[in-house]
Amino acid sequence: MAAWLFHRIGQACLVMFAMSLIVFFGLHAIGNPVDILISEDMNQEERAEAIAKLGLDQPLTHQYVAFVKGAATGNLGKSFVYGIDAVELIFQRLPATVELAVVALLIAIVVGVPLGLFAGLKPDNWFSKLSMAGSILGFSLPVFWLGLMFIMVFSVQLGWLPASGRGETRELFGIAWSWLTANGWRHLILPAITLALFKISLVMRLTRAGVREIVHQDHVRFAKAKGLSSVRVVVRHVLRNTMIPLVTVLGLELGSTIAYAVVTETIFSWPGAGKLILDSINSLDRPVVVAYLLVVVFIFVTLNLIVDVLYKLLDPRVRLQGAK
Amino acid sequence: MGRISAWLERSHRGRMVADFFSSWTATFGFIVLLIVVILAVFAPFVTPQNPYDLTQIDVLDSRLAPGSESSSGDLTYWLGTDGQGRDLYSAIVYGLRISLLVGVGSALISAVLGSVIGLFSAYVGGKVDALIMRVVDLMLAFPTILMALLILAYIGKGVTNVILTLVVLEWAYYARTARGQALVESQREYVESVRGQAIPRWRILLGHILPNCMPPLLVVATLQVGRAITLEATLSFLGLGVPITEPSLGLLISNGYQYLLSNEFWISFFPGLALLLTIVAINLVGDQLRDVLNPRLQK
Repeated sequence: MAAWLFHRIGQACLVMFAMSLIVFFGLHAIGNPVDILISEDMNQEERAEAIAKLGLDQPLTHQYVAFVKGAATGNLGKSFVYGIDAVELIFQRLPATVELAVVALLIAIVVGVPLGLFAGLKPDNWFSKLSMAGSILGFSLPVFWLGLMFIMVFSVQLGWLPASGRGETRELFGIAWSWLTANGWRHLILPAITLALFKISLVMRLTRAGVREIVHQDHVRFAKAKGLSSVRVVVRHVLRNTMIPLVTVLGLELGSTIAYAVVTETIFSWPGAGKLILDSINSLDRPVVVAYLLVVVFIFVTLNLIVDVLYKLLDPRVRLQGAK
Repeated sequence: MGRISAWLERSHRGRMVADFFSSWTATFGFIVLLIVVILAVFAPFVTPQNPYDLTQIDVLDSRLAPGSESSSGDLTYWLGTDGQGRDLYSAIVYGLRISLLVGVGSALISAVLGSVIGLFSAYVGGKVDALIMRVVDLMLAFPTILMALLILAYIGKGVTNVILTLVVLEWAYYARTARGQALVESQREYVESVRGQAIPRWRILLGHILPNCMPPLLVVATLQVGRAITLEATLSFLGLGVPITEPSLGLLISNGYQYLLSNEFWISFFPGLALLLTIVAINLVGDQLRDVLNPRLQK
């Protein structure tokens, strides 16, 4: 286990290093941030001073070496646009995105698992067929269009829910959260459902596939034969075994939900990290883009690792294979 | 008719076709897809107006509700008009063209490229194979949308650039599928039997293994067309996809965004509906293809 963990962490570091290299030099090739950041009425000396202040007067390779040295100590440089530490900037915005992603994932589980369970237990029921057909719709709906239609119906036509922003927030552990206030919830609900719809379909299909596979297995038939109530059979024997693949996929999905929040955040003007990265790409704010990608890759890799470890702990069969 | 039904019953291909259309939803998807493709291909003949031709567009007609008459009186805008006074139905049909071009184009190129890489990987084996598969894993693990945003920021807008970006992001799916299938097929008896005939390995690969890798690749390709169209629409919506001169469905939706709050819903609604129908149709066809082409699922 220790060797395996070590190997995986080494691999992750390699991925992050490669990523930083590509993005660093790639963004430099897109355009010179100096052109965007420095106003035209500066004289030659002021320009040179401003460039030197950002460290952009050095050759690119030197800039990269300086970046790696800083990164080793957790300092990924200052944002060109905001003038504050890039990592700090991202961690200011990240809670809003994580909040959105977690609520979306919870909605997906609460709605998707029961629907998938029902469809798996009674595959020929009309409701099962309807919800399965609905899941294709969920897979196909363009997220950004769905968001726009939600705004149109619930904000413009009915006027029930606000269309943008986070609303009132309350602090917990020094971070502002929307889910602690009623007004924040009203702002949270539309973007969260928009982000959740694809995941509802995914959870539904995974649960259904798992249930269909498990109901025919000997241990379930034995449990039934033993005379256990059907609720007990479903909860203890079917649902528990379905949870294993579900946990794996959802763990990985949390990472991609955070990444895909770019679209949802843009539509609902949700002040999260996704909106920050889009603005930063447009203004060639290199430190922020590089730092954000490193943070995202880090989140991905960490989640991956946690999921793999969980998987080994949850499923004795995998544990045995790993020991070989 | 007699000959057709005989073909459907007897020949292997015929049975597959019959299997495909045995599902009501797949048949629906197929018909919708057929209509969409015909509309897109024959766009100039099925639309009352060329939305790119400025001489045919009247700015006075901008943002008219569905069903309105044009100011010249010779045209009814069944789906309304957009901010520039374009007939929305015509704009959608022309937008479908761009969306399909991007979706099908990127899927075809990445299918060929990915399959070649995958087959090569399976053929050489060893360290090269391990390296290629590591790169594939990396590509598949990273969030597509972020990569797409970065690449497009780097190479700029445009239809060709969007296709290029999608190819960069999607070849890995085909590479993995082709490699996996090739490894499975190379263990089969029919390959063993040709091996005994002293045929060069590359000819076995291309002549015998590749044709048997086609069904799963076809399924991946169908579903990837849908994914590519959605991704293109999303990128265009975020302002990094196709240029304003060649509006795809995504860009049309994006253009309607600003009018949404003043209750002019149709400018965003109808292009989105067209996009949704197209993708649902592709997914239905792809799902059914997967079932029909997978011998393990057949009774």
